[in-house]
Amino acid sequence: MSMTKCELKTKIQEYQFILVELNLYIDTHPNDEAAITDYNTYSAKLCELIDMYDEEFEPLVGFGHSPMLAGSWPCSRWPWEN
Amino acid sequence: MWIYQKTLEYPVNITRPNLRMAKALMAQYGGPDSELAASMRYLTQRFSMPDDRVRATLNDIGTEEMAHWEMIGTMIFQSMQGASCADLEAAGLLGFYTMHNHGVFPADPNGVPFTASYIQATGDPIADIVEDMAAEQKARATYEHLMNLTDCPQYLNPLRFLREREIVHYQRFGECLEILQSIIPNNNERIQYIANGPVITTGDGCCS
Repeated sequence: MSMTKCELKTKIQEYQFILVELNLYIDTHPNDEAAITDYNTYSAKLCELIDMYDEEFEPLVGFGHSPMLAGSWPCSRWPWEN
Repeated sequence: MWIYQKTLEYPVNITRPNLRMAKALMAQYGGPDSELAASMRYLTQRFSMPDDRVRATLNDIGTEEMAHWEMIGTMIFQSMQGASCADLEAAGLLGFYTMHNHGVFPADPNGVPFTASYIQATGDPIADIVEDMAAEQKARATYEHLMNLTDCPQYLNPLRFLREREIVHYQRFGECLEILQSIIPNNNERIQYIANGPVITTGDGCCS
């Protein structure tokens, strides 16, 4: 199944949100095994989606986390541009 | 260290100028209960927090608040795009235009610039966390006021998301308060406990 850039970015935002929420919950419940299992499951899925985005479209994460082609980081659209 | 990811936490897409909303949204960009104040407040209080769980919460909510500040900045920027100098003046933004043109600047809707006096780090863990709980409630109230000013889904959807985050953060800070109350003596020893700065524990077993 191949997703458009916009669909893939939305998917990434959805998984990222699940992980933000789980992360905050785990901060005050550090021994909750079910939450940690969920965190690790969604984290693996998020990494997969970000790798897919980096490979098919443009670098998503700066400072060395996404591979870069010439111009691809500064010139790709910023999140405040619609 | 922070790493930047080129997405907003929640999508924003405002397609027409709306200076009325741009002006109102400045409350959450540069006002006392703004996302900027929240972020700076939590990230600076975390250094002196005596418990692993509370430090983690301040670090991570402080980080999420930066993403909310970016969403609000995006909403203001997009709401001003395409508006003329005369439109800004008619919307009561003459002073803003004079100093900032179409720039996004951390001031409140009345033009009062952001200041560090909006935040506090007392070094007293309970005082700091109670301030944070109040800050989340004040931000929630502000989001509700903003939602009362519009029926446009381009504003309501991100505002609804941000309002819900205030509620979750309030819940997490409430848990932090319970944690702190369980480790800080609630008697005469308390003054001694605080006197030389809180006892900062690491790897104290809560995360075993």
